[in-house]
Amino acid sequence: MDWQDFLSVLPFIIVAGWATILLLVDLWIPANRKGITAGLAVLGLIAAIAAVISRFGIEREAFDGMIIVDGFSSFLQLLFLGVGVIAIAQAYDYLRRRDIERGEYYILLLYSLSGMLLMASAGDLIVVFLAVELLSIPLYVLAAFAIPKADSEESALKYFLLGAFASGFLVYGIALVFGSTGTTALSGMVAAIESAETTPILLLVGSGMILVGLGFKVAAVPFHMWTPDVYQGAPTSVTSFMAVGAKAGGFAALLRIFISALPGAAVMWMPLTMWIAALTMAWGNIAAISQTNIKRMLAYSSIAHAGYIFMALPAAATPEVAPEAVRAALFYLVTYAITNLGAWGVVLAMEKAEGSGLEIEDYSGLGKKRPALALAMALFMLSLTGIPPTVGFMGKFYLFQVVIDANLIWLALVGVVTSLISAYYYLRVIVVMYMRDGEPEVRSEALLNSTIFITAFGTFFFGILPGFLLKMINQVSLLDLFR
Amino acid sequence: MNIPPAYVLTLSGILFALGVIGVLIRRNAIVIFMSIELMLNSANLAFIAFARALAPAQEALRGHVFVFFVIAVAASEVAVGLALIVAIFRSKESIDVDEVSSLRG
Amino acid sequence: MVLLEVVQGGGLFAYAPLIIALPILGLITNIIFGRRLGERFAGIVASGVVALAFVIAILQFLALQAHPEGVTIPIAEWISVGSLSVSWAIKVDTLSTTMMLMVTGVSTLIHIYAIGYMHEDVRFQGDPGRYTRFFIFFNLFVAAMMVLVSADNYLMMFVGWEGVGLCSYLLIGFWYEKGEDGIGNAVAGKKAFITNRIGDFGFLIAMFLIFGAVGSLGFEEVFDWAHAFGEENVLIISVITLFMLLGVAGKSAQLPLFVWLPDAMAGPTPVSALIHAATMVTAGVYLIVRSNPLFSVTASTSNIVAIVGTATAFFAATIAVGQFDIKKVLAYSTISQLGFMVAAAGLGAYVAAIFHLINHAFFKALLFLASGSVIQGIEAGHHHAEHEGADIEEPFDPQDMRNMGGLRSRMKVTFWVYLIGALALSGFPPLAGFFSKDEILVDARLENPALFFLLLAAAFLTTFYMGRQVFLVFFGKARSEPAAHAKENPPVMWVPLVILGVLSVVSGALNLPKIHTLTDWLGTTIEHVHITEFSFSVAGLAVVFSIVAVVLAWMIYGRKPIEKGEADPLRKILGPIFVGMENKWWVDELYDFLFIRPYVAICWFLADVVDWRILHDWFHDSVLASAYRNGSQWLAQVFDLGIIDGIGNGLGNITKGASQRLRFVETGYVRNYALAILVGGLLTLTYFIFG
Repeated sequence: MDWQDFLSVLPFIIVAGWATILLLVDLWIPANRKGITAGLAVLGLIAAIAAVISRFGIEREAFDGMIIVDGFSSFLQLLFLGVGVIAIAQAYDYLRRRDIERGEYYILLLYSLSGMLLMASAGDLIVVFLAVELLSIPLYVLAAFAIPKADSEESALKYFLLGAFASGFLVYGIALVFGSTGTTALSGMVAAIESAETTPILLLVGSGMILVGLGFKVAAVPFHMWTPDVYQGAPTSVTSFMAVGAKAGGFAALLRIFISALPGAAVMWMPLTMWIAALTMAWGNIAAISQTNIKRMLAYSSIAHAGYIFMALPAAATPEVAPEAVRAALFYLVTYAITNLGAWGVVLAMEKAEGSGLEIEDYSGLGKKRPALALAMALFMLSLTGIPPTVGFMGKFYLFQVVIDANLIWLALVGVVTSLISAYYYLRVIVVMYMRDGEPEVRSEALLNSTIFITAFGTFFFGILPGFLLKMINQVSLLDLFR
Repeated sequence: MNIPPAYVLTLSGILFALGVIGVLIRRNAIVIFMSIELMLNSANLAFIAFARALAPAQEALRGHVFVFFVIAVAASEVAVGLALIVAIFRSKESIDVDEVSSLRG
Repeated sequence: MVLLEVVQGGGLFAYAPLIIALPILGLITNIIFGRRLGERFAGIVASGVVALAFVIAILQFLALQAHPEGVTIPIAEWISVGSLSVSWAIKVDTLSTTMMLMVTGVSTLIHIYAIGYMHEDVRFQGDPGRYTRFFIFFNLFVAAMMVLVSADNYLMMFVGWEGVGLCSYLLIGFWYEKGEDGIGNAVAGKKAFITNRIGDFGFLIAMFLIFGAVGSLGFEEVFDWAHAFGEENVLIISVITLFMLLGVAGKSAQLPLFVWLPDAMAGPTPVSALIHAATMVTAGVYLIVRSNPLFSVTASTSNIVAIVGTATAFFAATIAVGQFDIKKVLAYSTISQLGFMVAAAGLGAYVAAIFHLINHAFFKALLFLASGSVIQGIEAGHHHAEHEGADIEEPFDPQDMRNMGGLRSRMKVTFWVYLIGALALSGFPPLAGFFSKDEILVDARLENPALFFLLLAAAFLTTFYMGRQVFLVFFGKARSEPAAHAKENPPVMWVPLVILGVLSVVSGALNLPKIHTLTDWLGTTIEHVHITEFSFSVAGLAVVFSIVAVVLAWMIYGRKPIEKGEADPLRKILGPIFVGMENKWWVDELYDFLFIRPYVAICWFLADVVDWRILHDWFHDSVLASAYRNGSQWLAQVFDLGIIDGIGNGLGNITKGASQRLRFVETGYVRNYALAILVGGLLTLTYFIFG
């Protein structure tokens, strides 16, 4: 352990440390000026972004392999920090509007982000577990942020109880894997499996339980049932952050553990992940059709998207395709993050102070009232469906290509068919916006508008010129993944 | 006295199952939460058992370390969870989880 | 001396992407603020960004002085699928910079002119709100044209190619609700678009073939391949270049696809000047010159190119003689001059083609803008005359030369610049057209005497119809009240004309005999250049022909100007030939007869006979219905409920039903959710343990 080890976790230290400092500073910030806390939080994130960028391209292990710094982790950390900045910008006006503006919001958000950052560079199951909890516990509180609103309470309670329940599975799974391989280090596990010094049954049961725990985090079927309730009940700005950040965090751990630490057991988990992916895509998209509340609809949509990303796991079981599969999953995560943040931003703009305005019908007439906002929403819906020229199309295209390369034709077919089904409910939003008459009440808040603009621009820009992003992702080398 | 790891493991499995069943059949949020604690602690027991089996090896230490982390995390979950349950009790006068089911469909 | 160092260091190349970005910036600014901030703002922004783009082009020109080999500036990786890898890169070399300079320079002048012209036009047409839209389209056009000329691969070039086509379509139909029957302009736009689609089909096929043969679309890779393996692949290269020629024929209005260009005059005059005379239509010539390594491999295609060009040059010139619409004459003249360029490119005289392209851009833009000035002068006269209560025959056509006459005294500046443009086009020394046309003629005489004489005849006709036009428009007496009241336009319109007039006089100096500036300049990019020696016999012959043509025009139109309502004297002299010229040799009617009517007939046949009578009346109503009735009840039920309803609604209903059912699974009870997690976990474990 030396100072370089600390440099390796510098972004994490900055974010977590800054959150702790802010917790104290916030005491002296007057209650009606919590924007200062938000601004300071963003400053911390920018410092962390600088820290990530400064060590871009470096690959090393720190703290005895507990922490892995590689392209994979740097890329995801950038994504998380970017998501964090947008989430704070989206929250500011929303919290004021709903009269729940408290400085702790931003601090909890930073803590949750620090968990995500840790997750991206976890090299040991201990760190994975810590990161999962660090990511989740602040989110439980954030979901309850609108207390005493009943929806917020219910959302938080469900999320908390089920989250803790899933954590129980995760911990027990880790215990069994530890018992089987004799280590919790991911690299050690690879070696142990290769040398067959394992108790296979314990390894299988253990990795199955880990799958349950992380499947819960990413909302994969059948561990997804909390998602619609929690997304609907939580304050929308929290939902936006949760839908994007927590999911990406879960996938960071899933990809790292299953693709880099357990390739030896791929024969076993490949068919299982395949079924989970197919089921998740089907369930999410089909259940979304009959939703009338936009938050619930987007929640099911996020389940469906978890299914798409999940396809990268069975595809990665084919060793030659594995690097591409990871890249496709990363690319898809980015497209999902950009598009979803934007869509949730529009939902935020439409929500009224008392929390109504969330039915899809409420979007009637938006095309006439606020053409730019409606155009942005239409763009996000097209991107979620996967229609060119949006980034969502490029994401699906890349992912399906990888899946086909891995010879999982039927899985790709399920993906395509469920995408078609999804068009039904995404396009309905567009139809309602443009073809129904109505007088929607819409906020126009500068920060929120700029996040919508940025994400809409990204959705469109990367849809036409994905080269920038692909280039960056192609440089992602996974130190631990593909030695 | 040397208890074979398999025994400890069996006990930990039983505890875990009890915890899961508790979550599924009880309606009091506090009891559910206690059951979850039981699940976490059964995992701790398993960690200790495996660590003892690996005993002289350096890696065994990771099991012990893990236990401390789990305890710490469980404690912070208690902090958050109990606060939440108290808040809900204040507005609903009840901590029956089945009554907290207005969000559905 | 800092400037010199910067120039020699080649650092100026880094600004090249701005040449595309600036017009886009301008159009975005106008989209957002244009309407709010008014005409003056929109016009100045649009012209300003193009002027800045021109400055950038000059910087590239300076940078090329030190690095004549040019550079390729990569901007982004665009498409990377399988072995197809296309990047978005800007190629700065002497050829593309020449085009950039010409396009941005002429564009700047025409943008400035349009500030004044469109101000009047939108009021005359009755919708001032479209002023901003015009400049948005105009800037978009410049951006697309820059993409076209700066491309470093065929696909990017195709993007620009389509982009300029789109702008052309948008601007031809700018007054889409005007024209014949209220749809005339829209029909003209559609015609241009569809005709160009045929050409684009050729370009696309050529591109596919290139990719198939070379495995790349980048210019460098393709040309290297042509150098290395051209000899053994003559056949495929011939096919590629032939399809390319189809694209060229579409975009540069060559036989047999030239029919759209005259109709394109429906657009506002600045559009005709910029897009349909100076820049877009020359894209085809640019394509041939850019692809010269391919064309020079295959002698057969090159011959065909030369023949197509020459035939077009002559054919269009004959039609121009018989037109009465001032812009139609210029349109056919443009087709004819494009024929000259294509012929030159086919003869391997690439430098002469580009030389003529530049000169033509100057004097034809000048002529179009001046004709716009004439039209607007007449329209102003129209309003004025109406105001005074003069008696005007309606409908009054301000573009018909029979309604003009005697404008020389009322529109002095316009007259002089028009005269300069006409002389330059006719090739009188030492004006621009003289040198470039002479180069083409000399090359033609060396390569192919038959083509030489045809081109000479076309040149003769050119001088004649320009003489006819000048005499009809500017000399004699006014043949209508509006013409009698016409007045000169404001300086914002005639100052660009004067600049273009000066350019038309001096641009011949670009490639003077014995000095060959342009030849040396382009020689670093184009591989097959040869110095064309000045030939006194050819030049003399051409000048003599021109003088004879002018004298002839003067004898027919100048000596005794035609009176109001008098028929064209040429009609008596040429008889049926003139009728043919006037009716454009019935090419439109021929195409209508050969393609459009059969096509419509086939459509009708399919719709009426096949679909309606056979499928509907006979098959459906007789065969199906009777089979249906006679079939068993069981079949009917399956057919009706099972298949028709099933396919129509069944899948949707099943999905919706499933969706409803899934809603019931979400009970809202935490413990149910936990149970689902447990069941999922148990299934997972069962699978792992027993699977």
